[in-house]
Amino acid sequence: MLKDNPLARVLYVDLSRRRFWVEERRELFEKCLGGTGVAIRLLEEECPSGADPLGPENPIILAVGPLAGLFPMASKTIAMFKSPHTGNLGESHCGGRSAVSLRLAGYGAIVIRGLSPSPVYLVIDGDNVQFRDGAALWGVRSSYTVGSVLRDHTPASGLRTIMRIGRAGERGVTYACVIAETYRHFGRLGLGAVFGSKRLKALVISGRRSLPVKDRKAYREAYDAIFKAATGSPLMQKYHELGTALNVLPLNEIGALPTRNLQQARFEGAEAISGERLAREYLGRRLACAHCPVACIHLAALRIPHPRETYFYKTSMLSYDHEPIYALGSMLGGSDVQGMFMLLDEAEILGLDAMSTGVVLAWATEAQEKGLISHAETGGLTLRWGDYSAYIEAVRRIVSQSGDFYRSLARGVEYAASLYGGTDFALAFAGNEMPGYHTGPGAHLTYLTGARHSHLDSAGYALDQKMAAEGITPTPEGVAQALLSEERWRQVLGSLSVCFFARGVYTPEAVLRSLAAAGFELTADELSSLGQDTLRRKYAFKLREGFDPAALRVPRRILETPSPLGMLDEEFIRRAVARFVAEVRAGK
Amino acid sequence: MSKRLSVIDVDRCVGCQSCMFACARRLGEGGLAASCIGVRSQGGMRRGFVVIVCRACSDPPCARVCPTDALTPRSGGGVRLRHELCIGCGNCAAACPFGAVFWDGAQSKPQICVYCGYCATYCPYDVLALEELVQEVADAQR
Repeated sequence: MLKDNPLARVLYVDLSRRRFWVEERRELFEKCLGGTGVAIRLLEEECPSGADPLGPENPIILAVGPLAGLFPMASKTIAMFKSPHTGNLGESHCGGRSAVSLRLAGYGAIVIRGLSPSPVYLVIDGDNVQFRDGAALWGVRSSYTVGSVLRDHTPASGLRTIMRIGRAGERGVTYACVIAETYRHFGRLGLGAVFGSKRLKALVISGRRSLPVKDRKAYREAYDAIFKAATGSPLMQKYHELGTALNVLPLNEIGALPTRNLQQARFEGAEAISGERLAREYLGRRLACAHCPVACIHLAALRIPHPRETYFYKTSMLSYDHEPIYALGSMLGGSDVQGMFMLLDEAEILGLDAMSTGVVLAWATEAQEKGLISHAETGGLTLRWGDYSAYIEAVRRIVSQSGDFYRSLARGVEYAASLYGGTDFALAFAGNEMPGYHTGPGAHLTYLTGARHSHLDSAGYALDQKMAAEGITPTPEGVAQALLSEERWRQVLGSLSVCFFARGVYTPEAVLRSLAAAGFELTADELSSLGQDTLRRKYAFKLREGFDPAALRVPRRILETPSPLGMLDEEFIRRAVARFVAEVRAGK
Repeated sequence: MSKRLSVIDVDRCVGCQSCMFACARRLGEGGLAASCIGVRSQGGMRRGFVVIVCRACSDPPCARVCPTDALTPRSGGGVRLRHELCIGCGNCAAACPFGAVFWDGAQSKPQICVYCGYCATYCPYDVLALEELVQEVADAQR
């Protein structure tokens, strides 16, 4: 690492004592680069065994990698914490301006400890760190309002990230998210609830530092190669044009779009919520994360008439992606786009993870349909497929946690089903709600085995589609091996804090070349052992905190609804899980 | 003829900041400390972006307020900076209504666009262009 690289600086913040300090952790970053690789090691240092995820002992770790601020698409900040949702590893990646701001503020990582005696928000502008009174912001109904107040009261417009939680995070909903720059999120596994448990309402980070490079000419050349690949690639072009919503129709066509709590995998209303249709009728603006030329963020302009007064409208701008469309659209049997967007708007206002929210509502709808819950539990609310006014009311009650039923929904579908029944159709994997792909065994194995139980851990949905296209018959060992190599390589990308959408651009060769320009001399073997070791450590943390792969629940429903690769078989899945876990632990 | 950088279609700006990083990279630096171009939201990204560039005024106020003639008007519009004359008073930055005089905090000196157009070559959406400063433009600015 170059000697003047500020990446090695870790900012420690103790909310309990309102103190901060910086430590040079050069050897840590030299060995593990940054992002995921550094964050898991900081988590090992900071998080005691058996920590209460909502207690002061649970740390919040934010880390970026050596390419952030130097190369395009190294635009993610990696958050690590113990998840209040699954009870084990919490890891979530967020774009927006977060990574560039953190890096150019002059840090490689931030560690936040303790519990503030009263609501607080942190403003980190380079070396200047302030604890500011957050009492007036606590309890504000809308996260949008919090964002606009902070915009007016913090420095460095254009160079800052404004991370904040909504009411869901304040009230400890275990799938509350952290919102950054209004349209990006640390979405999954409940970082918002961890912020809330520390009375940390927001975190604003800004900076404008210079970053050193090894050789100016080599830097410019490596940069141009990445930039050209990013702006010239057809896949990146598609992300720019339609965004991730481009997946809706192809998934529906092959019968992989979870519909009505995965009772079906084809949705008759898919066209209405497709990327093509939304672009035509609602697309109002496209945005990019800082230092990413792709601009995959799509905002819908939603014009909503006032319920009582004529000629009175509000226009909301809402970010849409495949995942919220699946979770709040097809999964809820809704093709009323306006209703779907209004529900998404409510989730944003409250600061809820859209994916978990949709799956929770889908389970509740089916449970009510089957008579497992009645009006006594729902407080008189009837949840019906596609009935968005009921869903909007339900999410408000989940956040306010009015009554036992909504209090249980605030802890996710696994927990709610453990109280009310309907476990067979509770679509959670190790406690985390299902993403929007029912493509075959690969997708579900990613949900089960991925260290974050996220579709992005090892992208089994892509493996399924590849196997289907090439006519390959999946085997448990084959799938386990393919997912394992993918997840290991993604630990490298995560350590560089590169967006996974750019995985086609950041090939191992491109990574080594970019790293060399940034002053990191590594070999391909060293990269691959970093990936392997990082995943092994993440798993060790999970196992230490009680994750039991042998006890994983395979939701019955995924075995009942045909996938494009046929009916799934529980025995197949269990064998693949066992194989995967054995290999991760052995570090082979 | 002199050239200047022009924001030709700000509505196409997605806020990727590729131009800002390009400006710093022109000098072989990573990060943004050396950048002479700025992109920020118009009060929330939903409203789009503002791109801050030196518009190469024909009668530049930044040069008029410079007490040491470190900043002098360039023929055809814009200014040139002679670092050795600059005392870092900051008058120029205060005089520019667009905020296009960026500031090098470490050296305590302004950072001024040199109208090279390197940033524009990295704009993926044709927001920026380097254009000739024709006399009409110069006249219209008077």
